[in-house]
Amino acid sequence: MKADRRTLLGLGAGAVAIGGGGFAATLGGTEALPPGGLGGTDLARGHRLRDGGFPAPSRFEDVDVVIAGGGIAGLSAGWRLQDAGFTRFRVLELEDEAGGNARGGRNPVSAYPLGAHYLPVPNREAKAVRHLLRQLGVITGDRDGVPVYDPEQLCADLQERLFWQGRWQEGLVPRTGLSAQDRADLAAFEQTMSAYSRRTGSDGKPAFAVPRAYSSQDADLLALDRLDFVAWLDRQGWRSPVLRAHVRYAMRDDYGTEPQHVSAWAGVHYFAGRRGWTVDGAGDNELTWPEGNARLVRGLAGFCRDRIATGHIVHAVRRDGEGVQIDSFDVAANATTRIRARAAILAMPHFVAARICPAAVGGAGAFSYAPWLVANVTVDRLPGGRGVPLAWDNVSSTSDSLGYVVATHQTPDAFPMATVLTWYLPLSDMPPSAARRLLLQRTADTWKQIVRDDLLAMNPDLEGAIRSIELWRWGHAMIRPTPGFLDRGEAVRPAPPLFLAHSDLSGLSLFEEAQYQGVRAAEGAMAFLHHPHESLL
Amino acid sequence: MAEGDAAGPKTRASAPAAALLASAFVVSTCGLIYELLASTLASYLLGDSVTQFSTVIGTYLFAMGLGSWCSRYVTRDELRLFIRVELLIAVLGGASAAALFVLFPLVEHFRVALYGLVLGIGFLVGLEIPLLIRILRGFDFRETVSNVLTFDYVGALVASLLFPLLLMPHLGMIRTGFLFGILNAGVALAVLLALPRASRYRSETVSAVLVLLALAAGFVASDRLQRWAEVGSYGEPVIYAVSTKYQRIVLTRREDDLRLYLNGNLQFSSRDEYRYHEALVQPVLGRVQNPRNVLIFGGGDGLAAREVLRHPEVRHLTLVDLDDEMTALFSKTAMLTALNKGALTDPRITVINADGFRWAREAAATRAGSFDAIIVDFPDPVDYSVGKLYTETFYRAARRLMAPAGAMVVQSTSPLVAPMAYWTVATTLEAAGLQTRGYHVYVPSFGEWGFVLAAAQAIPDRARILPGGRFLTPAGDGQLFDFPPDMARRPTPVNRLDNQVLVREFANAWSRYEG
Repeated sequence: MKADRRTLLGLGAGAVAIGGGGFAATLGGTEALPPGGLGGTDLARGHRLRDGGFPAPSRFEDVDVVIAGGGIAGLSAGWRLQDAGFTRFRVLELEDEAGGNARGGRNPVSAYPLGAHYLPVPNREAKAVRHLLRQLGVITGDRDGVPVYDPEQLCADLQERLFWQGRWQEGLVPRTGLSAQDRADLAAFEQTMSAYSRRTGSDGKPAFAVPRAYSSQDADLLALDRLDFVAWLDRQGWRSPVLRAHVRYAMRDDYGTEPQHVSAWAGVHYFAGRRGWTVDGAGDNELTWPEGNARLVRGLAGFCRDRIATGHIVHAVRRDGEGVQIDSFDVAANATTRIRARAAILAMPHFVAARICPAAVGGAGAFSYAPWLVANVTVDRLPGGRGVPLAWDNVSSTSDSLGYVVATHQTPDAFPMATVLTWYLPLSDMPPSAARRLLLQRTADTWKQIVRDDLLAMNPDLEGAIRSIELWRWGHAMIRPTPGFLDRGEAVRPAPPLFLAHSDLSGLSLFEEAQYQGVRAAEGAMAFLHHPHESLL
Repeated sequence: MAEGDAAGPKTRASAPAAALLASAFVVSTCGLIYELLASTLASYLLGDSVTQFSTVIGTYLFAMGLGSWCSRYVTRDELRLFIRVELLIAVLGGASAAALFVLFPLVEHFRVALYGLVLGIGFLVGLEIPLLIRILRGFDFRETVSNVLTFDYVGALVASLLFPLLLMPHLGMIRTGFLFGILNAGVALAVLLALPRASRYRSETVSAVLVLLALAAGFVASDRLQRWAEVGSYGEPVIYAVSTKYQRIVLTRREDDLRLYLNGNLQFSSRDEYRYHEALVQPVLGRVQNPRNVLIFGGGDGLAAREVLRHPEVRHLTLVDLDDEMTALFSKTAMLTALNKGALTDPRITVINADGFRWAREAAATRAGSFDAIIVDFPDPVDYSVGKLYTETFYRAARRLMAPAGAMVVQSTSPLVAPMAYWTVATTLEAAGLQTRGYHVYVPSFGEWGFVLAAAQAIPDRARILPGGRFLTPAGDGQLFDFPPDMARRPTPVNRLDNQVLVREFANAWSRYEG
């Protein structure tokens, strides 16, 4: 079964050897492929960063704080500084657009996400997230002291459906055709996870919190980080293939990683970390938008838009007396600017930070990243299928992809005539470096064929309705929370005036983590520069 | 003829010959039945029976001619071909009614399927008769042509009498089709069994048995097929059907009873719609001081608009309905404008074809507080798309559109069949900050039906009911608000975009009710 699926998507090692052409032939698809481009992080800029060869500095500037990197962490750091009245900073972004893996795209049919596409209703401990959501109008008020969310931004019903045994069912856990063992293991798993979710550690903190820094430090909980999630499941004696498949889906969904490579602490965190705090029992819901988390990017950038410079490659950062010296290459001007700053926040993936500031920042050897392919598929009609109707998130139990989300799900229209489906595939079942090679090697046509065939297997009703497929390759989409990840972030932190800000430091690629790291770095910088502020953390 | 290949020994009217001759009778009877079925079905689904009968019969006869002509190219093994053709007719003809019923709601160009099938059956029947004549000549049968033709014409008479008198009233179209398919295949099997060297026709015999079994299964499952076939469930002849971008509109008519179905759900029957529409419109207009500006959501049939426009004080009526084909149909067709009294082309009305939710949200910003009365007449919350229009978010937008002293009414499904769904609408309106009063009315074609009045202030007990209605009087209005225990108020959740409890509750209630 698994081998078959692997052949279908061509993720197995064999498919790498065969290469694009041979693979295409085995699919037998001869119809013309839909139009659409192949995008992704700017490879040339990334490689230039690796290979060097930037011109010597020809301009010189002074600024109090430089934030290098305009993803969620960098933008959050900027937002935090701005919010505390500290305005002497700049955000330098390598790409032409800020947002990192929370960027979005748009075509005449709809806006759509290119990566991160939702934010779960935040936990009670996620104070900084709530502070932002209030400013952005996502939280509209309070009822009896409990936050109330804008109903049009909470994911509309139906939220999730699973293609299981030939029918779409509501929810993501299979409910029909289960063996006695499946039922027993699923129930025991659920019970254990809800016990973990309710548990308060001996330090008074929740066992599993989001952001994870608020989690309890009880030794038995931290010990989970020494184990991989499959070994932990084995220890519990839960061998139901249905449970295992569901766990695999979850680990690939949030971490882009196979469960045998995920720390058991991170595995449990996925299932026991969410206790969304709001009224009307909507706490297990998500916030989502047609363009996904690009909505949050826009909101964050709105606080400091005039201080964000895109197309700036920060390629060297070193201590300079009391301050920091930053070399930044302006792509448009083809010139390097040397900036003297009182503090610098490196808000970039750790493997990049370690390269441009090797003297001060700990090595990146233990950090590994999951490559993903995201496809935005424009279709002329809404997908249907047997069973429950179209949901926001649609997952197939027979596919190695994670299924698709529907961009128009939140629109007020009762009957959208066309939509964009965002289809996700983490290339998780081979070493990340090999998967990255495969991701880049395969031609756009090969990927399109894979996307189309996978989508049509889930929804044969879409035959003839696919108008275009826009591909987006993420070579380093997210940090992988492998065993031992809990201490990794703290071990690499430099001393002031250098600060790191990225979800890599949390080890979990989540909006709340990126924001936490950004806020923490900004508050660290403000404390270092003696700028008065009240901590949001 | 036949070079002694297919035919048996040349004896006088042998058993196989008799069977073959009998088959001429059955073949012609079946052929005519299929033709009548196709014509009736086309009139039933497409309306205009003269055109349907005329074009179907013409096509059928033409196809028979084609088949006859093609029979000259058959030069050997006529008997085997005859049996095969007979079986093919059994399958095509037997399943024709069922197939057309099932296809009708699914395909865009129904006529292509219809005439394709008629052409196919006609061609095969046309091929069959000359083959039969040639085979019987091989048996040295005297007067072959006149015999075959005699049986053919007698069969036609039998069919044309059986069809309207016995088959249609007692079996219905789908079952009649299968029955005659069974006869077709049965004759083929009988001929095969009567042949002296039956073993040469083993594959045909096996096929005949399989076809018989399949058709028998179809016959037994006719009721289920009928239910699958959406249109089969209309109790009355369909006079108009169209699939718009948003929905399937079907009009049926039996005598003076004109009915509108949207996606298979009854919207009104012309016999009692006045009860529904007076009860929908008059209580809310009668509780607003001087309703000048009125808004209707849904109601593309113009019947609620007709009730609103009876009020001389109404200066302007805005009607927001999603489907432009629906409002165009009810603006232009004489039979329908007679029913809504031309409401959709009245100088006081503005018809806006837009999504209700989107329009309300956008208008809430620009036209806040501008409507004295709002009438919300959406289809029942059968799915999540329509369910959005019953949420707290929608009612908040509607509330912003309402004048401070205005009032709103919402059609809210049946408080008898789906009391939880009904009271969910009231609870949801209250969550949107409105006061509510529920009422209900008996509409024979719907059963007990419910509405909820909502306003920012207390809703008056008494209403000024406009005289001249066929149903509602001031005294009658007062009686609508009494709920017996089986429909009494019960606690319900609030219907929100992110939970859509109403859709779930509505589906549960109706599936329980319909078993």
